[in-house]
Amino acid sequence: MSQHLLVLPILLPMVTALGLLLSGQTPSTLQRQISIFSSALLVVLSGFLLMRANSDVISVYALGNWQAPFGIVLVLDRLSALMVALTAVLALGCIVFASSGDDARGSNFHGIFHLQLLGLNGAFLTGDMFNLFVFFEILLLASYALLMHGGGKARIGAGLHYVVLNLVGSALFLIALGVLYGITGTLNMVDMGHRVALMEGDEAALASAGALLLVVVFSLKAAILPLYFWLPATYASAPAPVAALFAIMTKVGLYALLRIQTLVFADSPAATLINAWLWWGGLATLLFAAIGVLAARDMRTLAAYLVLVSVGTLLSGAGMGHVPANSALLFYLVHTTLIAGALFLIAELIGMQRGKAGTRLVRARLLRQPALIGSMFIIGAVAISGLPPLAGALGKLLLMQSAESGQRIWLWPLLLLAGLASLIALSRAGSVFFWASYKGAPNGPHISRLQLTGVVWLLISAPLLVILGGPVSQYTQATAEQLASPQLFIDALLPDDTALVLRSGESQ
Amino acid sequence: MELLFSLVTGVLSASGIYLLLRGRTFSIIVGLVLLSYAVNLFLFSTGGLHTHSAAVIGESAIPADPLPQALVLTAIVIGFAMTAFIVILAIRTRAELGNDHVDGKQGEEGDTR
Repeated sequence: MSQHLLVLPILLPMVTALGLLLSGQTPSTLQRQISIFSSALLVVLSGFLLMRANSDVISVYALGNWQAPFGIVLVLDRLSALMVALTAVLALGCIVFASSGDDARGSNFHGIFHLQLLGLNGAFLTGDMFNLFVFFEILLLASYALLMHGGGKARIGAGLHYVVLNLVGSALFLIALGVLYGITGTLNMVDMGHRVALMEGDEAALASAGALLLVVVFSLKAAILPLYFWLPATYASAPAPVAALFAIMTKVGLYALLRIQTLVFADSPAATLINAWLWWGGLATLLFAAIGVLAARDMRTLAAYLVLVSVGTLLSGAGMGHVPANSALLFYLVHTTLIAGALFLIAELIGMQRGKAGTRLVRARLLRQPALIGSMFIIGAVAISGLPPLAGALGKLLLMQSAESGQRIWLWPLLLLAGLASLIALSRAGSVFFWASYKGAPNGPHISRLQLTGVVWLLISAPLLVILGGPVSQYTQATAEQLASPQLFIDALLPDDTALVLRSGESQ
Repeated sequence: MELLFSLVTGVLSASGIYLLLRGRTFSIIVGLVLLSYAVNLFLFSTGGLHTHSAAVIGESAIPADPLPQALVLTAIVIGFAMTAFIVILAIRTRAELGNDHVDGKQGEEGDTR
């Protein structure tokens, strides 16, 4: 049984999704219960996976028992276990929140939501390039449907841009895969990395071209500067629980970038180029996102730009390309994903109680429960702008510490300025919502128990990450070290020398 | 054959990209379809171009690489689904926004951008 544990995070959402899709379009109580139960089970399951990964074993699951590098394999290392666990925790919060009524605004919410989880988990677990593409398409197709859940002009308009851009991205992805397959003759990430490292001359140049095309594709998903313009409108118009889940979508791009950077192209001439692109792109994203945060006139847009700030921070960390930076960015990633998700949910609560003004930063009706929402808002604001005593400060501190002296000149001021900008924008938003609003008696609906549970579930991560800061940073440190030694993956995936025999056969 | 193949792929992707950059959803969809044709042809060629060689060992002197064929099949299926989706989305956009411009804004009279 335990050997099949690896495929369960993919099978569980798939079976749940199929069951939910077949059992009717409008959510019933039973559907909600099944959906919540299934994602809670996913949290437990990902806990087991984390424990397995924490024992420093790289587990491999050969689908259909076709051995690597010929078949498709699922690979569980520390990084993928961390991402799967993060997705599960975030998804549980979103599903609980959505079950209070957001899921009834369109059809098939829960089924599509679990399809989205299937795509996410698959993308994190697969060890095969083309399989990664397939899971990307699954998660994108589900995200298109979720994004337009409930309909409306803004959603449809932003949705069209999102869909077209991602379809172009998929075309580029396929071209990059074609180039890389043509040159290496394999799609297995580890095997591909192994072969790319041995290349010289023209072959290496072609491999670099393929690598950089892949970087473009993943940068589109991760939303780096020239490729992020779709994000604010899309995230701001998405339904709140979906926007909260989308906080992990940019991290899928980052995950894929980290994978190709450390596993596939670590020993190729493309490595320095990739690092340079990520570093400067990340810094520029940080700068422009900070400006966007200050300029946002709506709490949802503000939250979307805060997601971009975290993307910029994470990518500049990835651009440094060494172990301490990767460790710091993984620590920050856990924190920022959950808190950004919580902020979208809090924005929805604020909009719900303010009537027509919604989440726009204008004076409007008083909130029905200002104390409750206000205290959640301030925890979220302190956490996302990276102030002590919450974990955001810790993550940023680790990242700043890991920068080398030449990089500090760029990273430190930009990171601190972005933090300051977030702080200013969030305190302005908070004072408009909770202090400057005066007109009329509060008459919005109360927060339901499910909504409160969803938000608190995500927010609790901020203090928890401080309390568990030691074990978590140990884990991320070990993750970064594992990523830095591709030989471990080669030993785990290609245990016998079939690959080597084939390679020597080719060269004769 | 190599020349013909690369010319066709290049022309298809060039026309696809040109159409993609236009402002109406219909031309964008046609552009996406052309681009996906180009991508499929390109993927198919990554195993090397051979004539008279089946992807079965023993049938011919040099067996063709079966993997690109499998890849291209997957890509076609996914591309087909995506095209169907975006056609429906475009119709929906036209209905919701009242015109078929990607930004939802009608241009000047006679403006065919």
